[in-house]
Amino acid sequence: MSEPMLVIRDLHGYYGKSHVLHGVNLEIGQGEIVSLLGRNGVGRSTTAKAVMGMVAARGSIRFKGQELLGRKPHDIARLGVGYVPENRDIFPDLTVKQNLMLGMKSARQKGRWSMDDMYALFPRLKERENTPGGVLSGGEQQMLTLCRTLMGDPDLIMIDEPTEGLAPKIVELVGSFLKEVEKRGISILLVEQKLAIALDISERLYVMGHGHIVFEGTPADLKDNEAVRKEWLEV
Amino acid sequence: MEFFLISLLNGVTYGLLLFMLSSGLTLIFSMMGVLNFAHASFYMLGAYFAYQISTYLGFGAALLVAPLVVGALGAVVERYGLRKAHRFGHVAELLFTFGLAFLVEEIVHLVWGKSSVDYKIPEYFDGTLFTLFSTSFPIYKGFMMLVSVGMLVALYLLLTRTRIGLIIQAALSKPDMVQALGHDVPKIFMLVFGGGTALAGLAGVIGGNAFITEPGMAAAVGSIVFVVVVVGGMGSLAGAFVASLLIGCIQTFSVGITFSVTDLAALFGVRLEDSSAVARLTVTQLAPVLPYLLMVAILIFRPRGLMGARES
Repeated sequence: MSEPMLVIRDLHGYYGKSHVLHGVNLEIGQGEIVSLLGRNGVGRSTTAKAVMGMVAARGSIRFKGQELLGRKPHDIARLGVGYVPENRDIFPDLTVKQNLMLGMKSARQKGRWSMDDMYALFPRLKERENTPGGVLSGGEQQMLTLCRTLMGDPDLIMIDEPTEGLAPKIVELVGSFLKEVEKRGISILLVEQKLAIALDISERLYVMGHGHIVFEGTPADLKDNEAVRKEWLEV
Repeated sequence: MEFFLISLLNGVTYGLLLFMLSSGLTLIFSMMGVLNFAHASFYMLGAYFAYQISTYLGFGAALLVAPLVVGALGAVVERYGLRKAHRFGHVAELLFTFGLAFLVEEIVHLVWGKSSVDYKIPEYFDGTLFTLFSTSFPIYKGFMMLVSVGMLVALYLLLTRTRIGLIIQAALSKPDMVQALGHDVPKIFMLVFGGGTALAGLAGVIGGNAFITEPGMAAAVGSIVFVVVVVGGMGSLAGAFVASLLIGCIQTFSVGITFSVTDLAALFGVRLEDSSAVARLTVTQLAPVLPYLLMVAILIFRPRGLMGARES
């Protein structure tokens, strides 16, 4: 059997001097949607950032058989890892179209996705093609940042709290979008706090607490395990 | 009228030259968040390199080669100096550029001596472009304008019409995100630093012979360029452009105005009998102070500058 898309082993991560991750182990297979759950501050976002090379870390992160630790973020992106940060980070002064163009890693890149695919998925973006990103609504910005990352043709996409602060209807839209992405064989790591969307679309889930993984299983397993939910998820 | 038109032309010429310096400085600032104290040193190097090259190969070659050499030097400084200092925070970066300014000045002393060098306007640019009433406008000033406007258009097109320009614009506000999308931001930083210093070098090539090429030229123009960047708004190219022209005009106009404090008092019907030094002060004498007064006023009434986005 070939190695999964992403294999994280004994990952320790640091924010400045504070030790945030204490030996995280996690795997994501080809075309799999995996959720990483947990309360605020347990290290979910830091895990994603460590994969992206944005925080100091040690241990091992292997992606398609290659070690990522020690590489620079742009290098990691070019290997096929996409990252959608929690604050969305669209470029506010640039138009929707320019934001999408920046998602492409080179001018001549031919990936799985074209600008027209994005506009077909989210017609709203087509309508607002020449509008500066900064004036879009929260939901539109979330679509834009998802599409922007897809334009880079990643094999794995890590999405940090895509539904935060969005209306239920938009959350639904984001969910069906992720399903659509998965259909094309792209693996997804969904970093979430909300249980509902994670149970709905994931194949497997991890729950984090105090910088390591405290639960691993299918949505059905997590539904059955009230103790884990009580201790690590519910407020 | 004659005074007005000639001063305006001179002011715009000088202002465009200032913009060539301040555009690089403000781009570097908004990208890396660090004020490059050595920016005017690259202007000085541009002038000295142009002088040296023109003694062998003529002014034309100097105009092409000197900015490229200065830009390459700037890129090397960023890659092997500033990038290393970056790890230790902004204070380290600031101190690094501060030290670099002194280093460049000392090197200039060593190589070219403490007095000015004979960097002259080439003979084919001697002469008058046109005469306005009784004042002549030299060909060389026209040439300076031409080069500056050409650079302005090129910079605008580069930033707005090309892919690399788009990446630079995005990296100005969110370098981490740009890098996460797969763009080599450290390389972009190096290119912007090299490009900015090359522009400063170009300004040195065409300014060094119009004014004077001497070891104090970096310090003299450096402080004015900081005024431009502060008045225009840190990190704003459009602001730097407006402020450059504004300060260029203020300086040239004020030099020609002999209005004194006594005259001002007379306007309000007060006759100053006392002929003290203060009463005899004219606008001309105040000319060097005016840009700084403007900067102080801006900092008090509009701290983010004319067009700056950030409050700092």
